[in-house]
Amino acid sequence: MSGERLLEIRGLCVDYGQGPDAVHAVTDADLVLHRGEVLGLAGESGSGKSTLVMAATRLLRAPGVITGGEVRFYPADGPAVDLLAADYGALRVLRWSQVSLVLQSAMNALNPVMTIRTQLTDALAAHSARMSRRERQARAVELLEMVGISSDRLSSHPHELSGGMRQRVMIAMALALRPQVVIMDEPTTALDVVTQREILEELTDLRDQFGFAIVFITHDLSLLIEIADSIAVMYAGRLVERAPASALFHAPRHPYTLGLLSSFPPLHGPRSPMTGIPGSPPDLRMLPSGCVFHPRCKFAFDRCAVEAPPLEIVSARSGRLAACWLQAGDAPVPAELAASEPDPTEPAASANGNRPAPERGGLRQPADLSELAPGSEEPAEQGSTA
Amino acid sequence: MAASISTEQVVAGSPAPGGALPGATPRRQRALRLPRSPKIIAGLAMLAFFVLLSIIGPLIAPYSPDRIFANSPVPLPPSSAHWLGTTNLQQDVFSQVLVGGGDMLLVSLIAGVIATALSVVVGVTAGYLGGLADDLLSMLANIFLVMPALPLLVILFGFLGKTGSNDLFLIGLIISITGWAWGARVLRAQTLSLRNRDYVDSARIIGERRSRIIFAEILPNLTPIVASSFLFTVLYAVGTYTAMAFLGLVNPNWSWGGILYYAQGANAELTGYWWWYIPPGIAVALLGTALVLLNFGIDEFINPRLRAAGLTRRTSGRRGTRTRRSQQFALTPVIGVAPAPAVLSVATPGEGGEA
Amino acid sequence: MVLVARRLFFYLVTAAVAISLDFLIPRMIPGNPVDAILAKMQGVTITPAVIHALDLQFGVNTSASLWGQYAHFWNNVLHGNFGVSSANGFEPVSTVIRQALPYTLGLVGVATLISFLLGTAIGAIVAWKRGSWLDNLLPVVTFFQAAPYFFLAFVAIDVFAIRLGWFPPSRAAGATDFPAFTWTYLSDVLDHAVLPALTIVVASAAGWIVGMRNVMLTTMDEDYVLIAAAKGLRKGRVIWYAARNAILPSVSGFALAIGFIVSGALLTEIVFSYPGLGSLLLQAVSNNDYELMQGLFLIITFTVLAANLIADFVYVFLDPRTRQEA
Repeated sequence: MSGERLLEIRGLCVDYGQGPDAVHAVTDADLVLHRGEVLGLAGESGSGKSTLVMAATRLLRAPGVITGGEVRFYPADGPAVDLLAADYGALRVLRWSQVSLVLQSAMNALNPVMTIRTQLTDALAAHSARMSRRERQARAVELLEMVGISSDRLSSHPHELSGGMRQRVMIAMALALRPQVVIMDEPTTALDVVTQREILEELTDLRDQFGFAIVFITHDLSLLIEIADSIAVMYAGRLVERAPASALFHAPRHPYTLGLLSSFPPLHGPRSPMTGIPGSPPDLRMLPSGCVFHPRCKFAFDRCAVEAPPLEIVSARSGRLAACWLQAGDAPVPAELAASEPDPTEPAASANGNRPAPERGGLRQPADLSELAPGSEEPAEQGSTA
Repeated sequence: MAASISTEQVVAGSPAPGGALPGATPRRQRALRLPRSPKIIAGLAMLAFFVLLSIIGPLIAPYSPDRIFANSPVPLPPSSAHWLGTTNLQQDVFSQVLVGGGDMLLVSLIAGVIATALSVVVGVTAGYLGGLADDLLSMLANIFLVMPALPLLVILFGFLGKTGSNDLFLIGLIISITGWAWGARVLRAQTLSLRNRDYVDSARIIGERRSRIIFAEILPNLTPIVASSFLFTVLYAVGTYTAMAFLGLVNPNWSWGGILYYAQGANAELTGYWWWYIPPGIAVALLGTALVLLNFGIDEFINPRLRAAGLTRRTSGRRGTRTRRSQQFALTPVIGVAPAPAVLSVATPGEGGEA
Repeated sequence: MVLVARRLFFYLVTAAVAISLDFLIPRMIPGNPVDAILAKMQGVTITPAVIHALDLQFGVNTSASLWGQYAHFWNNVLHGNFGVSSANGFEPVSTVIRQALPYTLGLVGVATLISFLLGTAIGAIVAWKRGSWLDNLLPVVTFFQAAPYFFLAFVAIDVFAIRLGWFPPSRAAGATDFPAFTWTYLSDVLDHAVLPALTIVVASAAGWIVGMRNVMLTTMDEDYVLIAAAKGLRKGRVIWYAARNAILPSVSGFALAIGFIVSGALLTEIVFSYPGLGSLLLQAVSNNDYELMQGLFLIITFTVLAANLIADFVYVFLDPRTRQEA
């Protein structure tokens, strides 16, 4: 993974509707995606994570409107593109060839009246006029093989495939033009855990093979442990923290992240009480003043109710960000939010615990989750290089 | 509703698309809240106008519609004596038009009530009972749905002859025989979906009597659909009665279809006697439009997605939240951002961290 | 295919119900229909054979039981014997109808097809360009939907045939032409068919437009349409992806619509003096030609059922989900 920027979002604001009663779905979002990076975007339903990414690619449906910010895309060759100023034609060129999409429900994302073949090759036909029908057919076969589906399924229709197969078809479809970024919006949420694991493994294999970046949107933080390089957390339309995956898990810096992490139980290790987060997410039409999270934050102090904290660097070493006044030095940082980070030069395999990582880069083995209980100060033993 | 509302819910304005009625509630008697949509207002106003017309029409008509004024066979164009001219028998067209709405509206009303009652009984029973009863009733409804109405009405009225063609109630009854099936099908579908709702299930488990469940839980939630079905049936009856009069199957005196019957017999369209055939035709069309508008309004109430952007004030269920006019698909609009060249000249190579 | 077989069975049942109704209705009316017919035929020589045929047709003066008459009736129908037409010089009803049927099939068939294709296409576009000026078309379209077909026919004739003289005002072909497969004759037929067809299309397209628009709006919210756009497909192709799905309810709703359209089209034929089944209908009513009425009822019903069956085939073709054997 090179450090080159691929997609850059600055200060993005997205509303639903216009006028005085518009709902502010996303406020001041800053996000950067690097080449080949797996970026996890986590948050509850309604936190704005899908809205953010869809708006950035101008795919957000009515009545969504973008009311501020910048989005830049840096293709491998050619000049950068301002996605917010692009017209339909310019976006068409980028779409699928540079940025593709995988959605939650394959049953809904695949056109029920068209064959798999058509749906695999239509993007090819739209983008490369020089491909003959035979070449497109060959590519379709290739794509299916890539995800482990036999080519006699090309003439099938979506309802004839199983749920897992449909999801794989969606992934194959998304990779048809070898895009730079694949956006995945809750791609495994609707699947059972066994299929989920299979799909995730295939995903990481493919990604290692082709080197595309992934924006992985999910509400399941524990899933991101396994596949993300870095994770961004959203709450009520704002980004509250962003850090490399293991750093986020071992050493969260935002109280909301802390709350999320203590909301799922570890499978091994000593029992610790599950605290969760008291209260419920705010009505987006009536956001709290100051920091959006402060009503539910057990560390909140006076400044929190008055001013919204900006997303700022809290560690020069790793470049991680958090939006919290605690990190600005106004008040003493509680111990839970001051855990020492794992050494960033260590491979992320430190999340593996005691098990050695598999030889090919790939899905990390199910982690020994006991280490993830907040407050654990010691990084786990090093495994071999991922 | 919980204090926190997800963005999607706010936007959609109603939970659970896919045939569900907004806020279908158990037991609570909900007054029929009609949104103040221009369609409904226009429809109601026009309908009220026609009802009024049919009542006072005969009273304010300047002449009797049968009265023959002279012996000239040529219809006369509009004049001060005859505002809409005369027919080829020198009868006053204006009087005929004024008088022509009453019978038809009465018949249509009768047909509407009978057909709606029939469709509710058949539809709800079929939907709620299921099984063999449902199969049989559905087949019955489908048969009447598929069979074309006009030829059937022709033999029904044709054989009825003079005895039947003057009895308005009988006419309404016969028309309703051909018009109940559509409503029955729609109501059956909706009953089926409501029957599987949790609150109906719990009522069943508690052991409420079937009839109680139907009347107290299911029927109140079907009200908008019943209203829509009633309007649709009345519209159908208006058109059908007009067609029957036009064919001479029912007494053409005096209805708008009947005026057209005489006009066609005298080839009014070939000889350009527009004042004879246009007023009755437009009257039927306007009455029909009123009913259709009302129906659209109710349709949009049932399915909020159908509201055209900007046409109803309560878009997305929120006052003041306007949807952007004519928003392009898959091109999220950007407002309030300073324009910048789409393609930048300099691509800065990546930096390690973020600013 | 199971679907089509089930529908075929249903149509056969419906046809049987229609035949039974055709049998029962004349017998439910008080009075003797044969006498009524004969009373109208003053001054015309009526042979005993005709009277006998009428008696049989209506079950008068026969010793057969009701079931016997019913069976006899079925026998007649299955052999294409619909009695004789009193308004047409006692020619067999089947002959009279056979002469008029092609005109109606041609006109109404083509007009309905055009109306469907045009209406659904317009409906899809109105939905796609939601919020644009096209939405204002809807009230206009509504007005046309509410206006009786035959009234529109009046207007069409007066404006386009008489005042503007663009098309002939009536009939299917010039009065002195003989039917032949020559270009002159056929183009004359087409010339005469334009106005009636146009009237039918304008009157019936409204239903398709509104129906398609409504379904299209819902379909556009589906994920696969978003994905189609996200793939960078041309706009037209994205619309096609949505419309291809949105049209299905219209096809299955064709069953309901075709009944209305045929009724309206028949009335339109009357205004145009078009020599199809519509004019026969008027003739039958005006002359109390009961047998013609009965025959028309059956033939029109059967034709509509056949059209429905075709629509069902089309639906199965368009929606692969129905092809899965249960």
